Amino acid sequence: MLALRVQNLSKTFPLKKPLFGAAAPGVRAVRPTSFDVARGETLGVVGESGCGKSTLARMLVGLLDPTEGSIEIEGHALNTADPSEFGKLIQYVFQDPNSSLNPRKTIRQIMEAPLKHLHKMAKPERDQRIREIFASVNLRESFLDRYPHEFSGGQAQRIGIARALAAQPRIIILDEPVSALDVSVQAQVLNLLADLKAQFGLTYLFITHDLAVVEAVSDRIVVLYFGTVVEVGRAERIFARPRHPYTKLLADCAPVVGRPLTAPEQKGSELPDPLNPPPGCAFAGRCPRTTEICWTTEPELKSMGEDQLAACHQPLED
Amino acid sequence: MTLFLNLVFRNRLAAMGAVVITAILLLALLTPILPMHDPDVTATADRFKRPFSDGHILGTDHLGRDLLSRLLHGTRLSLAVGIAAALIAAATGATIGIVAGYFGGRIDNVIMRVVDMLMAFPYILLALAIVAALGPGLMNALIAVAAVNVPFFARNIRGITVGLAGREFIEAATLAGMGHTKIILTELLPNVLPVIVIAMSTTVGWMILETAGLSFLGLGSQPPQADLGSMLGEARSAMISHPHTSVVPGIMIFLIVMSINLLGDGVRDALDPRLRSGALSRPRATTLVDRKGPLPAPTNDLLSIRDLETQFHVGARTYKAVGGVSLAVKPGECLGVIGESGSGKSVTALSVMGLVASPPGVITSGAVYFQGEDLIGAAYETLRKKRGDRVAYIFQDPLSTLHPLYRVGHQLAEAIQSHQKVPNHKARARAIQLLKDVRIPNADSRIDDYPHEMSGGMRQRVGIAMALANDPDVIIADEPTTALDVTVQAQILSLLNDLRRDRGLAIIFITHDFGVIAQLCDRVAVMYAGRIVEEGPTQAVLDAPAHPYTKHLIACVPELGQGRRVLATIPGLPPMVDDLPLGCAFAPRCYKAQDKCREREIQLLGTKPRAVRCLFPEEPV
Repeated sequence: MLALRVQNLSKTFPLKKPLFGAAAPGVRAVRPTSFDVARGETLGVVGESGCGKSTLARMLVGLLDPTEGSIEIEGHALNTADPSEFGKLIQYVFQDPNSSLNPRKTIRQIMEAPLKHLHKMAKPERDQRIREIFASVNLRESFLDRYPHEFSGGQAQRIGIARALAAQPRIIILDEPVSALDVSVQAQVLNLLADLKAQFGLTYLFITHDLAVVEAVSDRIVVLYFGTVVEVGRAERIFARPRHPYTKLLADCAPVVGRPLTAPEQKGSELPDPLNPPPGCAFAGRCPRTTEICWTTEPELKSMGEDQLAACHQPLED
Repeated sequence: MTLFLNLVFRNRLAAMGAVVITAILLLALLTPILPMHDPDVTATADRFKRPFSDGHILGTDHLGRDLLSRLLHGTRLSLAVGIAAALIAAATGATIGIVAGYFGGRIDNVIMRVVDMLMAFPYILLALAIVAALGPGLMNALIAVAAVNVPFFARNIRGITVGLAGREFIEAATLAGMGHTKIILTELLPNVLPVIVIAMSTTVGWMILETAGLSFLGLGSQPPQADLGSMLGEARSAMISHPHTSVVPGIMIFLIVMSINLLGDGVRDALDPRLRSGALSRPRATTLVDRKGPLPAPTNDLLSIRDLETQFHVGARTYKAVGGVSLAVKPGECLGVIGESGSGKSVTALSVMGLVASPPGVITSGAVYFQGEDLIGAAYETLRKKRGDRVAYIFQDPLSTLHPLYRVGHQLAEAIQSHQKVPNHKARARAIQLLKDVRIPNADSRIDDYPHEMSGGMRQRVGIAMALANDPDVIIADEPTTALDVTVQAQILSLLNDLRRDRGLAIIFITHDFGVIAQLCDRVAVMYAGRIVEEGPTQAVLDAPAHPYTKHLIACVPELGQGRRVLATIPGLPPMVDDLPLGCAFAPRCYKAQDKCREREIQLLGTKPRAVRCLFPEEPV
């Protein structure tokens, strides 16, 4: 059973039309992208800054309208026209826990908003529900009447998760949920997320740039580069046996205890220019395996055996 | 609320303004029940009586009306009109501003261009035009003054709203199912309210003046009704012969406007969060030093930090950010300092060159020896000569350390020329060479880029180039790769590694990432709550951590290649450094803590090069 199906989703940000001449074609933040997420699965999304992972997430929760493509949640097309409907299906946990909480509202007011507006619950019901949720994210009830600035990053992020849970969604998008936290707190939050998923039967889309974190929490991982999916595979295999040279580059660059320091990439390579995208494979400029076809034809996502897919003309072998 | 009043009244002038305006407001409110002459009854026989004459304390005007009575009634009217105009202008302007700022796009464009058009007229001309169209009268003057001030509020509030509307809590509200009206009323309004109050408190006085101005011209209150402006207007013809008729209302206007403005400034200072945090008070050029007792002995290392203590004094609280840290580096060596936020690692680094902001930072103990010379007690000029020349810094965020308005080449040349007397063309050639050294492609053309034209990795390379500009002996790098992508991080780390091998640089590398430490650093010091809890050669510490904190911290960090799993955690939170427990600061979170751990301070002990601050270490060292 599919929780989420994304088909040919893309987003182009238009550029301002110059005073003279025609408008430029715009920046393609997300190029046509398709993937499925099964119910109860955690799909990791990794990529470097500017690869379109946040744009993708914001389209999924209706904060941004896609240019093209469709989003289906449990078989029904996502209708973003009515916020009180899609809010019950899909929720979002923000990267910066402090800026996602209104500084002038108490935690109780923040927690009540989804219950009141999405589920139209009455006051006693809401109190009961908030108590339950706070118990499941290990927060004290005495926190409810305090203001956001009184909390540490880890506590604020748990409040953010509690708010997302309050909407009783089917899917939660986690956009770099632990990258603003200290390592000792980061592990607490990651374990909590795993517990909650089992408890409430949730489906996660976990977006991050930290390969070790995404490997530790995901079932499958999608690697994004320059607004498009370059590789999809099982979490335990994708970094150990990458097919796409970019995935291999990422895995080689991650600092690992016990591995000598190397710069795996030749010096001076830079990301492609989004205003003037190259023809062919976007990674060709940084790739050690390029052949002629890479510079002319954009590679399609192809099966590379054992539920691993990669978009590469010259995939790596085992 | 009491805190707010305390803040306001700490400002003497604001307190004075508050007293005066309260007295005037009370008088104005009590006017109808005070035993006084009718302000509008004329008695031409008594005209132009001097002040302090019988029955008329302030004398009479050109129609023999009692000036005191007219003054109080006039004040009442002027205040009422001014405050009403301010309220109307604030309400209308704020509504326009919030709507324009929240919806943005075309709505914003149309609304703000109309507001711009209003602002293009000189305000008095606009007010005159409005009154001319509506006809003279106090009510119409009020409308005119309010309308003239709407753009000020609209622009102010729109600016704040645009900033807030992009914040994540607004998006969170959308996802919680709130509609636009709800978001504006319950999410945005509470956040812009302080700004509206600030803007009002600083403009009420101005609006009272404007109303008086219109009345002075005869366009506001109509005779015989008195307001302060019309009293002045009527007294104008007798200004030379009977000056008291114009001096009396003049002083009153002066008192009202002055006291409101003083109070308004006080309110603004108390409400503005930037002023409250003290961000606008300029820090000193070097950190304040207040050391007692004998200095620790110098060592023969290149740079050695000895028993350093740095504190922040905020109000009555003392934050012991660094509580007795000793570190040392030799040429060509890389020392890693690892710890969570608040562990004091950055403050330690900034203390070396006296870069901790003072106030509130104070170095209370210890010394920093650079080639045997103490830097902590050094004069500003000595420090300034060494900063960036012998000891250079690389900071976390290159976007905020590079000046956005100068080309990077200019900034590099400036870094060189502030320590060496070289002509411009030589400085530029050296800057290009530096960019080549940090492997920026096309250095000759990129030297003329502005910082925003470069990617994050390129900017950080410029930051490193700047640190290398004067061939320093020591580089202190404070999380230089935290904001960067992994592929860029790998390049920057290998660059730093090459530099220390080629030039014999000593590097103090501050981070929270064990992977980075393992790859780059020879030795590592682990910090917790302002102290070093463990130190030793990197490999030894990582293989066999001795302090329970180190051991748990390593276990918390997921490592690539271990697959999906439950992560180890450390229960609880790091302590606040203004309220440290006696004994081991980690004891409340430690699984093997005993009463002994909480009794007295624990020493950093061990056989060189390893040491640990723990009574029950995991490994003997």
